[in-house]
Amino acid sequence: MLRKEDPRLVRGRGRFVDDVQLQGMLHLAILRAPMAHARIVSIDTAAAEAHPKVKAVVTGEALAEKGLAWMPTLSNDVQAVLATDKVRFQGQEVAFVVAEDHYSARDALELIDVEYDMLDPVVDARRALEPGSPVVRDDLDGKDDNHVFDWETGDRAATDAVFERADVVVSEDLVYPRVHPAPMETCGAVADFDSVEGRLTLWSTTQAPHAHRTLYAMVAGLPEHKIRVVAPDIGGGFGNKVPIYPGYVCAIVASLVVGRPVKWMEDRSENLVSTGFARDYIMRGEIAATRDGRILGIRTNVLADHGAFNAQAAPSKYPAGFFGVFTGSYDIEAAHAEVTAVYTNKAPGGVAYACSFRITEAVYLVERIVDCLAHELEMDPVALRSKNLIRPEQFPYTTRTGWVYDSGDYEPTLREALRISGYDELRKEQEERRARGELMGIGVSFFTEAVGAGPRKNMDILGLGMADGCELRVHPTGKAVVRLSVQTQGQGHETTFAQIVAEEIGIPPQDIDVLHGDTDNTPFGLGTYGSRSTPVSGAAAALVARKVRDKARIIASGMLEANVTDLEWTKGAFAVKGDPDRSVTIQEIALRAHGAGDLPDGIEGGLEAQVCYNPENLTYPHGAYVCVVDVDPDTAQVSVRRFVAVDDCGTRINPMIIEGQVHGGLADGVGMALMEMIPFDEEGNCLGGSFMDYLLPTALEVPDWETGHTVTPSPHHPIGAKGVGESATVGSPPAVVNAVVDALKPFGVRHADMPLTPSRVWDAMRGRATPSF
Amino acid sequence: MRLTTTVNGEEVTREVEGRLLLVHFLRDHLGLTGTHWGCDTSNCGTCVVWMDGEPVKSCTVLAAMAGGREVRTVEDLADGDRLDPVQQGFMECHGLQCGFCTPGMMMTARALLDRNPDPSEGEVREAISGQICRCTGYSTIVRSVRWAAEHECAEREEASS
Repeated sequence: MLRKEDPRLVRGRGRFVDDVQLQGMLHLAILRAPMAHARIVSIDTAAAEAHPKVKAVVTGEALAEKGLAWMPTLSNDVQAVLATDKVRFQGQEVAFVVAEDHYSARDALELIDVEYDMLDPVVDARRALEPGSPVVRDDLDGKDDNHVFDWETGDRAATDAVFERADVVVSEDLVYPRVHPAPMETCGAVADFDSVEGRLTLWSTTQAPHAHRTLYAMVAGLPEHKIRVVAPDIGGGFGNKVPIYPGYVCAIVASLVVGRPVKWMEDRSENLVSTGFARDYIMRGEIAATRDGRILGIRTNVLADHGAFNAQAAPSKYPAGFFGVFTGSYDIEAAHAEVTAVYTNKAPGGVAYACSFRITEAVYLVERIVDCLAHELEMDPVALRSKNLIRPEQFPYTTRTGWVYDSGDYEPTLREALRISGYDELRKEQEERRARGELMGIGVSFFTEAVGAGPRKNMDILGLGMADGCELRVHPTGKAVVRLSVQTQGQGHETTFAQIVAEEIGIPPQDIDVLHGDTDNTPFGLGTYGSRSTPVSGAAAALVARKVRDKARIIASGMLEANVTDLEWTKGAFAVKGDPDRSVTIQEIALRAHGAGDLPDGIEGGLEAQVCYNPENLTYPHGAYVCVVDVDPDTAQVSVRRFVAVDDCGTRINPMIIEGQVHGGLADGVGMALMEMIPFDEEGNCLGGSFMDYLLPTALEVPDWETGHTVTPSPHHPIGAKGVGESATVGSPPAVVNAVVDALKPFGVRHADMPLTPSRVWDAMRGRATPSF
Repeated sequence: MRLTTTVNGEEVTREVEGRLLLVHFLRDHLGLTGTHWGCDTSNCGTCVVWMDGEPVKSCTVLAAMAGGREVRTVEDLADGDRLDPVQQGFMECHGLQCGFCTPGMMMTARALLDRNPDPSEGEVREAISGQICRCTGYSTIVRSVRWAAEHECAEREEASS
């Protein structure tokens, strides 16, 4: 089935936030800190205020008077909306201007004069906890260091014991560098406060409109029923649009102050320097095994750089997200991880870019360290993995860190990837090329994801349980509307949710409209991220359709004058068992539900229902990836020749859309492995703040993807479907790095850190350590 | 300054600032919001439109430079209700997801097919290499353009026989 979203988008008729034009709308621009760490001595706004097109200039001090200078983050920390005392990262919001047009607002920013008193910044996370290090968060009562939290999982003693008795122990330092999700559409909002009704309407680039509404109610003191958040078409999110950014709050404040609609739309540099980054985990990985390749244990300690404010978007009880799944797809005896997070003078973030709450980092750790072990044991990396994979009869499988994998049949998935790639022939080809001095590498990654947060007993964001709603209304003529609590950003929900409901209720998907993003008109839920739409809201969609079908059955029993137990459901109609000529279609039932004539006792008119689905567990999709690279021995340039991805996300709702999701994620993986990084210099200057420096793959840097699949349904999901959107971003970086390291085997290279740019690969070939940041 | 230009076949005259970028002229002054603005360094290509038949990044062209010239945007790609084969191809081959890069990609693809009706996969990749897509990983975009090429070739053969 082709996508219902496409007809408007191919005609240029999508409606993105920056397309919104309202009568009397003003434009907001933000003045940002030019350095990473400094005390604000004074701000002179007189010249900006005198600009003829400027309507307002607002500083942190002015916000502080309204109690709005700071806002809560999704990690129960606070973040400055506009800096009051100090700036804590380059690009931080210092003041804003509201003007008649975007160009004038930008002009006026140049007229604001800020005097700063420079302070030493904290840039290297490894030095953040040293005594005497500058304190980033001296705004917090009694805070005299840069420590955010310590967190651990697994059994330390048991893990140490297996490491004691292991034949082989391999350890490696692995850096997952800071990257950025960089959606093509940046973040922005249009705030429209109606002072007569006391009602705020906010169009915004949000992946979680309902959660945002609740947070605005908390921040701005407006009642929730007077706030309408509208997420229109979103030009990609990739986790970048989960947090609330100061710009949104500034737009709301501006509209409250000026009494007119106000638009804020950041530019690309602002997006890259100030909005949610991803990763920045410095990991020591260790693996213990027997000489014949039986993995006994994995342990790791992680230093997490969270930037200046802890604004990481993760369930409250999971400060390191779901990093606990770092034992991967392997049946091992013991595991332990500890994570320490620190503040530095950098933009906040951490959880973004299809990470499924830190599973990118977890999978990178395990899939790299297993390859390091294979290198040490001189074993084929596929053979080593095969020997240790969790077996199908072990599911549901409880890992050594307490995660209950729902289902998996790993070996066939791995075999399928080997078949498509022609793995054995690739190894032969590699041998021949090596003999000729060519550098060819083959990298394998086998991953298990954990998506669909989550059971409300232990998963919440700021106290909001991670369940999701779905509402279905069938109109009198048998057409239907489905309202979702989740929010597509290109993943095709308008199409696939119509398919889920169509399958259950027998109304063709063309007759089903899917609405999302408008908090006035959709049921409450937590939004789209962590590949949770299908596991949570998809389940709600199937169940709400079944609920409507149950009512339809009772109405049909009245129409057919038969007992409900005598009816059978086939393809959108109820028929009397053994008498298929006596039947009514769902459309006829819908008309009766709204029409003249009696309904069975106790049945109200109308044909609709709502469900709020609380998942009993996450879903655990898996995949086997094979990457083939060539490295130019003279320039150290890596080119990805082939990439084979076999994914298993259980029941597949729309294979075309899944394939597109996988392709996009694979491009992310190649980009992160080879090109992307947000680095900082010693003074805390962000060196990845534009597309000149933050390199994203174009059509020339990626191959034509080769995909395959197996199907292992989730036993606890109503239609057996698992999430998949982030699998490829999670699973592909280690495959690429494993391939590059494999290509460099003749040079004795065991590891090199991402991004594997020509200069880094060149250094690795010459035995020089790659820079660690 | 007074700017007169032809956009999608219609002559328009507007009072604009000399520094106004073409992308903002199209979006904010004419309401043609199909053309997008995705970066500030001329890398992403979400703003690609045609000027006198050539694809240009409209964030890197002053509106004033369009004076007396013909600008064409995504809104003019379809012929009434009849989609351009490139648009149809993007729908058939799932060449778009969020749809933000799509208008620019399609304008480049249309220009490519007008010059080279049967481009190889490599030629398509080369043609769109000044543009970034974050959703599709590009393979389906390449397939979409090839779909359009194949359908147009077939149509031409049918017309000539």
